[in-house]
Amino acid sequence: MYKAKINVTLKKSVLDPQGKTVLQAVHSLGFHSAQEMRVGKYFELSLNSTDRVKAEQELKAMCAELLVNPVIEDYTFQLEEVR
Amino acid sequence: MKAAVIVFPGSNCDTDCWHVIRDVMNVNVDFVWHKETDLKGVDLVVLPGGFSYGDYLRCGAIARFSPIMKEVIKHADAGRYVIGICNGFQVLLEAGLLPGALLRNRTLRFMCKPVYLRVENSTTIFTNHLKQNQVIEVPIAHGEGNYFCDERTLETLEGNKKIIFRYCSENGTISDEFNPNGSLSHIAGIINQKGNVLGMMPHPERMSESILGGTDGKKIWESIVSYVK
Amino acid sequence: MSMTISEPKVTKELIERHGITPEEYDYICKILGREPNFTELGIFSVMWSEHCSYKNSKPVLKKLTKTTIAACPNSLLLVKPGDENAGVIDIGDGLAICFKIESHNHPSAIEPFQGAATGVGGIIRDIFTMGARPILCMDSLRFGKLDEKINKHLLRGVVAGIAHYGNCIGLPTVGGEIYFDESYEGNCLVNALCLGLMKKEDMIKGSAKGAGNPVYYVGATTGRDGLGGAAFASRELTEESKEDRPAVQVGDPFLEKLLLEACLELKKTGAIVGMQDMGAAGLTCSTCETASRGSTGIEIDLVKVPKRETGMVPYEIMLSESQERMLVIVEKGKEKIVEAIFEKWDLHAVKIGEVRDGHLMKVYENGRLVAEIPARALAEDGLIYNRESTVPGYLKEMQQLDLNSIAEPADFNQVLLKLLDDPSIASKAWIYEQYDHMVRTDTVFLPGHDAALVRVKGTKKGIALATDCNGLYCYLDPYEGGKIAVAESARNVVCSGAKPIAITNCLNFGNPMKPDIFWQFQKCVEGMTDACCVFQTPVTGGNVSFYNESPKGAIYPTPTIGMLGLMENIESRIPSFFQKAGDTIYLLGETLNEIGASQYLLNVHGLKQGLPPRLDLKKEKALHEMILSGAQEKTFVSCHDLSDGGLAVAVAECLFGKIGHPLGARIDFEFGENLRRDALLFGETQSRVLVSVETKNEKFLEALATEHGVPFYKLGKVTENRLKIDSFIDIDSTQLEQVYRQAIPRRMS
Repeated sequence: MYKAKINVTLKKSVLDPQGKTVLQAVHSLGFHSAQEMRVGKYFELSLNSTDRVKAEQELKAMCAELLVNPVIEDYTFQLEEVR
Repeated sequence: MKAAVIVFPGSNCDTDCWHVIRDVMNVNVDFVWHKETDLKGVDLVVLPGGFSYGDYLRCGAIARFSPIMKEVIKHADAGRYVIGICNGFQVLLEAGLLPGALLRNRTLRFMCKPVYLRVENSTTIFTNHLKQNQVIEVPIAHGEGNYFCDERTLETLEGNKKIIFRYCSENGTISDEFNPNGSLSHIAGIINQKGNVLGMMPHPERMSESILGGTDGKKIWESIVSYVK
Repeated sequence: MSMTISEPKVTKELIERHGITPEEYDYICKILGREPNFTELGIFSVMWSEHCSYKNSKPVLKKLTKTTIAACPNSLLLVKPGDENAGVIDIGDGLAICFKIESHNHPSAIEPFQGAATGVGGIIRDIFTMGARPILCMDSLRFGKLDEKINKHLLRGVVAGIAHYGNCIGLPTVGGEIYFDESYEGNCLVNALCLGLMKKEDMIKGSAKGAGNPVYYVGATTGRDGLGGAAFASRELTEESKEDRPAVQVGDPFLEKLLLEACLELKKTGAIVGMQDMGAAGLTCSTCETASRGSTGIEIDLVKVPKRETGMVPYEIMLSESQERMLVIVEKGKEKIVEAIFEKWDLHAVKIGEVRDGHLMKVYENGRLVAEIPARALAEDGLIYNRESTVPGYLKEMQQLDLNSIAEPADFNQVLLKLLDDPSIASKAWIYEQYDHMVRTDTVFLPGHDAALVRVKGTKKGIALATDCNGLYCYLDPYEGGKIAVAESARNVVCSGAKPIAITNCLNFGNPMKPDIFWQFQKCVEGMTDACCVFQTPVTGGNVSFYNESPKGAIYPTPTIGMLGLMENIESRIPSFFQKAGDTIYLLGETLNEIGASQYLLNVHGLKQGLPPRLDLKKEKALHEMILSGAQEKTFVSCHDLSDGGLAVAVAECLFGKIGHPLGARIDFEFGENLRRDALLFGETQSRVLVSVETKNEKFLEALATEHGVPFYKLGKVTENRLKIDSFIDIDSTQLEQVYRQAIPRRMS
C-alpha cells in the first residue's frame, strides 16, 4: 500500500484572487510579514499497489488526466509506503 | 434541423435550452443523457449550464469523462455544431475542444446579472444574425467565468478572429469597469479554429423571449438555425 | 426487552438533560407500559421537542389554521395544514402549488454558510417530497446592524450559503426581504421558502401504507453530524465517539439535485406509496410519522442503514440529522423499477425495513430489538401546553410618543438620503446578484420588485410571491404588527397584479416559557388571523422558531409571512417602477399623522417608539380590489406600495427601474396644513400605494378609485431626472440612485 499526498496550486502566471483576498485578510489581522499567498488544493489517497514505480506512474497519469488542469495548475506529490 | 441537449448529473439549464430550441425556435430537440453513446445524427449539440457533478474538483472536469463526450468530440471533429453555455463552456475547455480555462471570478462571488456583450466577429455560423460590433444584452450567472489562456493562445485567438464576444458597456466601450469577472482580454465567448464549436459564459437562452426582458440572445439561436436549415 | 451494557442507564439526570419533564416521562412510561431504554428516551426527546411536536404553540396554531380555513370557503386547500410536509393549494387547470417557509436560525448563527445552505436544502426537500417540482426559492433574513463586523461576516456567509445551495441545484432565488436591527444581534434569522408546482394527481403523501411494502433509504450516508443538543448524552458512549463530532451539518446540493430528479422520475412510475425526507430528527421522525399517517406499523433494521462512520450506536443513527436523505415506501413487487431509477442517477437505494400491520415502530439492530414504540403516540400524542401569557412590561412606556416633542427636520433632502442609505431600505442587489435568480427561465419580475413573479410555461398563469414582516411594529404592537405583516405582503402581491390566495408563515419568537414572549406570540397570531380572514388567504402551514434570544434579550417578534398570489393572465402584470417621463403619478389611500415605529423616527430621531400605524382591513381590502380590477384593464403603468420610509422613499424607489438610468418625478400636490411634513414625506400610514398612469387614463383611474371608495391624490408627473417634492425635496436622481445602490456594497467592501 502506498499513500499519496498531492498538492495542486495555480501556476505562478495565473492570478489567484482567492490568495490575494486571504493575504489581505492576514494583513488586516496584523501579520505584515506575510508576503505571497497562493491557495491550492490538497488530495490524499491510498494506492493498493506494491510497486513504487508503478504507483508513481499511475499517480502522474491521474494528475494529468483529471486531478490537475495543466492550463492553469501545477502540482507536486509525495508517495509513502504504508503497512 | 435536429438538436440535442446533453444532460449531465447536475446540469440545470438543460430544460431552459430545450424550451427555447423547441418552443421559441420550433426546432426538433431531444435530451440526451450523459451515459448514452449515440447522438443519433443531430446537427447541433448543446452543452447546457449548471453544476455538472456539483462542480466538484473543477467546473466541467468530471463531466468531460462522461460516455457521451466521446461522441461529442467525434461530432465536433466531423465539423458539426456544438455550443457550450456557462458550465457547458467549462466542459468544452476541459475536454480540449476549446483552448484556455476558466478561473474564479475576480470578485470571488457568484454573479447573476445582465451584461453587455460586443459582437467581435459576426461572420460565424453562431453570429450571422448579428452585426459586427453590435452590442447585445445577455445575462451571466456564474462563479467561475474568468477566462484565462497563455499569451500565445491569446495571440492566436485574436489573430484568427476567434474571440466572438467581449464584455463591454452599454455603448460598446471595452474597459475593466465593464468586465464582470476579470476575464483575460474581456473575453466572454470564443470559437474553435474550424468555427463549429462555440463556448460562452453568458446565457442566450435567458434572453430569447420578450417576457423575460429581451430577445438579444435569440439572435444566436436564429443564426445557427438559419445556417443549418 | 434487554438493554445492552454499552448504553447508559436512564437516570433522572439523563432524562432532565434530554429536556423531558417528569410529567412527560410518566406519560412515556404509560405509553410503553415500562420504562424506556436509552435509545427510546432519545427518540422521545426529539419527537416531543418543540421543533417536532409544537408542544408550546399547537393550541395557538390550530386556532390560526382552523379559523382562516373556515373563513375562506372558496380556497382549495388539498391537504390540511400540519398533515403533510408542506401546504398544497389548487390553482386551476389541473395544477397545484406546494409551498412552505422554514427557519434555520440557530445553525446559521453558528456557521452562517452551511447553516443557511442546509436550511435551503431542507425546505427544497419538503417540497419535492410532496411530488412537486420546486420552481423557486425566497429568503427572509434578519441581522444586527451592518456596521458591525460580526454582522457583515454573518451576512456574507448566509448569502453565500443560500447561493451555493440554490444556484447549484438550479432553483432561482427570486426575492425575499432583509432587515438590519440591533434586536437581531447575536441571533440572526434565516427563513427559507420554497415553492413547487405539480399536477394535482401527482401529489405524494408522507404515509406508510400496505403491510409488507418495503421501506427504502436513499441519499447521503448517516453520520454523527447534527446530533445537536442531544450530542452530550451520546458522548459518554464509546471511546471512538469522543473523536471530533461535527455539530454543523454540511449540505451537498449536487446530491440533492440527483435525489430531486430521481424522486420526480419515480413519481411517474406509480411505484411509490409514500415518501418523506429526513429532516429534523432524521430517521426517527420519518419512520414514525409515515407510520402514524398511514395508521400502520413499521419495522427497520439499523444494520442496513448506510453509515459514514464506524461504531455508531442505535441512539446516534436514529437521531442523526445528516442532510440529503429520504425514506421511500415502495409498492411490493415494484422494487426493481425503483432501484433502476436510483441507479440511473448514481444513487444507492437500500431496503431498510417494511411496513407492518399494527401500530408499532420497531427498530432492530442485527436482529436485536433496540426500540419499540407506538408510532402514533410518538408522532402525535406528545403533551401539549397552554403557556402562561402576560402583557409585557415595556409596552405601555414604549408606545408613548408625544408628537409635539418631535421637531421636524430643517433639511428633508438629507433625511431622504439618510433613509436611502439605510441597508434595510437600500438596494439589495449586492445580495440577489449572488443568487441565480433567472435559471428555469420563468422569472418575469426580477428581484427588486414588490413581489417576485414567475410564469407557468404552457399556461397563461403567473405566480407572485412576497415575504414580509416588520419586527419593530410587532414589538410595539404585536396584534397590529401581525395584521400588517399579512396586509403588506398581500399588498405587495396585489401591486404586481396578482390576487393573494394563501399564506405560509415562519413565526420567530423568543422563549415561550416567558409569559410576555408568549403574549407577543398570541397577539401576533391573532392579528394574522384577522387579516387572513378578510383577505381570503388561508394559512396552509408553516413553522415556529422559539428561543431566539441572545444575552441581550429576545429578538423582536418576527412572524414572517410568505404570501402567494395568482395571476390568471400574466399579461395583466404591473411593474413596480415608473416606466416613462410624462406619466401621471397618483397616491392611492389616505395619509395620516403617523410616525410612530417608523424608519424615519429611528434614523433621524434615534427613537424606537410609539404605536405603529393602524391598519383598517376593510380599507386595505378595497384598495386591493381596486388595483386588481384596474390591472385587468391595464390601467396602471406601474404600482408600488408605500412601506418603510413612506412616500418620499417610495417615489425615489420608483425611479430606479433601469440601472444607471434613473427617471425623475415632480410632486406638486398641496397636502394642506393638517399634516406634519415629516408624516407626509416619511410616515408609514398603511393601505397606500403609488401608481403611475398614462395621461389618457387619468379619468378612468379616478372613476375606478371612486367606485371602490379609495381616496386618490394626483401628485404630479414622472420626469426625466430630478426628484422634486413640493418645496421640501429637490435632489438629482443620479445622486439618489448612487446612495441607494451603494449603501450595502460600501459597507461590505
